[in-house]
Amino acid sequence: MELLAAKVIGAGLAAIGVGAAAIGVGIVFGQFLNSAIRNPAAADGQQGRLFIGFAAAELLGLMAFVVAMIILYAV
Amino acid sequence: MHQFQINPLAGNLDGSPFVFTNSALWMLIILALLWLFMLGGMKRQLVPGRWQAMVEGVTGFVESMLSMSVGPQGRKFVPWVFTIFMFILFANLLGLMPLALVGVHPFTVTSQFTITGVMAVMSFSIVLITGFWRHKLHFFSLFVPHGTPFLLKLLIVPIEFISFMVRPFSLAIRLFVAMIAGHILVEVFANFVVQGLNAGGAIGPAISAVSFVFIIGVMALEILVCAIQAYVFALLTSLYINDAVNLH
Repeated sequence: MELLAAKVIGAGLAAIGVGAAAIGVGIVFGQFLNSAIRNPAAADGQQGRLFIGFAAAELLGLMAFVVAMIILYAV
Repeated sequence: MHQFQINPLAGNLDGSPFVFTNSALWMLIILALLWLFMLGGMKRQLVPGRWQAMVEGVTGFVESMLSMSVGPQGRKFVPWVFTIFMFILFANLLGLMPLALVGVHPFTVTSQFTITGVMAVMSFSIVLITGFWRHKLHFFSLFVPHGTPFLLKLLIVPIEFISFMVRPFSLAIRLFVAMIAGHILVEVFANFVVQGLNAGGAIGPAISAVSFVFIIGVMALEILVCAIQAYVFALLTSLYINDAVNLH
């Protein structure tokens, strides 16, 4: 298989990680909303932690994107 | 991809390392806008007008974020955290402005890994310097959780150390990739609009119209992501400062 074809397939496979990160981000926000509906008064105090969790989950998805870019353009 | 290219505005990049580039120009624009914003709030009226209330609102927001993360000693770090928060916010938002209508091509300053890398390295240096200044060598107890059995400590300490050293890299790359990915997404849909119009026929303009609606949606999401990424950078910096100041 030639290098360009292998690179493109590799980048496509790495992009599956981005979808996995989307599930992670959805879980973070979903759990927050779930518990915020149960206890709305305490929800605003935890908003900071919500964004920390979102940042951590999103970072790993962006890492998958970076791997795809490295495969496509830096290998 | 042409939107991320750094173009020299005077002289050429091979000649000398000190060339005025479009990135430098946009950083000067951000500086001017920030200066104007703060100047408007410095009138020190006892009953604040609207502009002063805005400036006080943002300053109070950063100060509350630091006092929530670090405690009363966080006030010393408000200048740095406020600087990076406002710089990243303005840089992200300026890259989205529809200035192409008047012929100016906006450049997102934070879409360059060098710039986000420098800011992350500075945040990390502030964390390290604060930690070692206050606690001297006791700072290394950050990596050893209290009350773990010895065998587990052997496993945990390298993991904690690695996750600590990854912090500046993660700060830089989170902001950089979020900005680049957003802009590339808008560019892909814009590409579809142009190709749809060029294709003609029956389906071409329909695809253009649908892609254009997607562009509007993605732009709205991008504005949200810009604000969130600025907030996350500042919040994580405050948390890392808390690790240095309070050692858990």
